[in-house]
Amino acid sequence: METHTKSANAFLNEICSIPGGEKIRLCIQCGTCSGSCPNADKMEYTPRQLIAMARAGMQDEVLSSNSMWYCASCYLCTVRCPRDIKPTDLMHVLECLAGRHGLSSKKTKTPIMYQTFSNLVYGTGGMPEVGFMMRFYLKTNPFSAVKMLPTALSMLRHGRLSLKSRKLKPEAQRQLKAILNKAKELGGS
Amino acid sequence: MKYYTYYPGCSCEEGTATAYGMSALAVAKALDIELIELEDWNCCGSSPYNSIDELGSLCLAARNLSLAEKKGLDVVTPCSSCYIMLDRVNHHLKESPKVKAKVNEALAAGGMEYKGTVKTRHMLDVFVNDVGYDAIKSKVKKSLSELKVAPYYGCQVVRPGPSFDNPENPQTMERLIESLGAKATPFPLKARCCGGSLVIPEESVALELTYKLLENAVSNGAECIITVCPLCQVNLDIYQSKVNRKFKSNFKIPVLFFTQLMGIAFGIDNKTLGLGKCVVSPDKVLAKSSAVEKGG
Repeated sequence: METHTKSANAFLNEICSIPGGEKIRLCIQCGTCSGSCPNADKMEYTPRQLIAMARAGMQDEVLSSNSMWYCASCYLCTVRCPRDIKPTDLMHVLECLAGRHGLSSKKTKTPIMYQTFSNLVYGTGGMPEVGFMMRFYLKTNPFSAVKMLPTALSMLRHGRLSLKSRKLKPEAQRQLKAILNKAKELGGS
Repeated sequence: MKYYTYYPGCSCEEGTATAYGMSALAVAKALDIELIELEDWNCCGSSPYNSIDELGSLCLAARNLSLAEKKGLDVVTPCSSCYIMLDRVNHHLKESPKVKAKVNEALAAGGMEYKGTVKTRHMLDVFVNDVGYDAIKSKVKKSLSELKVAPYYGCQVVRPGPSFDNPENPQTMERLIESLGAKATPFPLKARCCGGSLVIPEESVALELTYKLLENAVSNGAECIITVCPLCQVNLDIYQSKVNRKFKSNFKIPVLFFTQLMGIAFGIDNKTLGLGKCVVSPDKVLAKSSAVEKGG
């Protein structure tokens, strides 16, 4: 029992140390977040359950669940939460922690998509959309790209696929990387 | 003339929403707004980056705002995602001195600092609140009197806020549509989620949400939908045929950026507004708009 309490505090402290996670202790378990969430029915645990589990110290169960990866960042829970705990931000904190602990759910492709996207932003300072999609399909299921072909062709026909993308000047690129490396080192994630 | 620092964001600059960027610039010009693009801006990181590295995500936005701080103007962006990614930095910095110190420690590695003084704005807010509905009305050259338009806000333009409109029942675009001489249709799901970027890893989840939106707009009599977000437009327009296949529906409703509808009413040509980039043809919108030329 004592161990359980200790680990609960450690996990909670870790959540609270990341911007957006600070207010988890204020939750009154009213369930407004779960009732507002458009994707709660896809989640292994609803947002309210996830918060209760996090506070009970169930670190591995929380971080390996698919729940937070179904958050579409619509912020409906955030504007309705009577305790102003910002459940959307909390979902992002749990996603960051899942990555940090190597527990990101394998039941959804969302973690791979986010990682692929973020690597490109880190590497280029921009978002090369076509390159991003190709990398994502190669990492997940290259054959599923075939199903996307009609959509891609229709986008091409309407001038919606651009191979050009933003390139920062080399000095701006270096500056951005120095900032992002420092942010990683400071560990707010 | 009004001046702003302009942050186009990746989608509107070179990506799937170039038509949004093009039409926003053209409409701004017609409204005597000078948009000065922020030099050396970087991607906002959108919601994926804050799911990987929260502090890094705040720093991506803070670097942009630090560059903008030197100019002393409000930053305006047409993209809802860019808008909240930039805007939330100000909230975090104001609420937590600890976060502010961390962000600035990271920025210092690039020789930068952000004090937190830049006001971040969405293009819709600037058009209706700085320019105003009357001034917009005075620029209308073509009548859209018979066009029934569903105003789709999506999420991030009004949430988490506080923003320029109600987080669950916004009204800004209804008034804008009326100012343009068109008719705003009731749209109960106007501020509900389209699934956003989940359309890539979890397509069926997003298609279901998008289906509900299209159904809600069409069953309330809309002939077209206008949006304020690049990704919402992608889901409602580009994925409309996939929705039809999955739900055996038959939607064929054009989805325009709100700036494109403004441009049509202002008499700006189709090419400048990027109307050819709509996957669902906007011809029926154009047919109604060309019917009457207002005031010769």
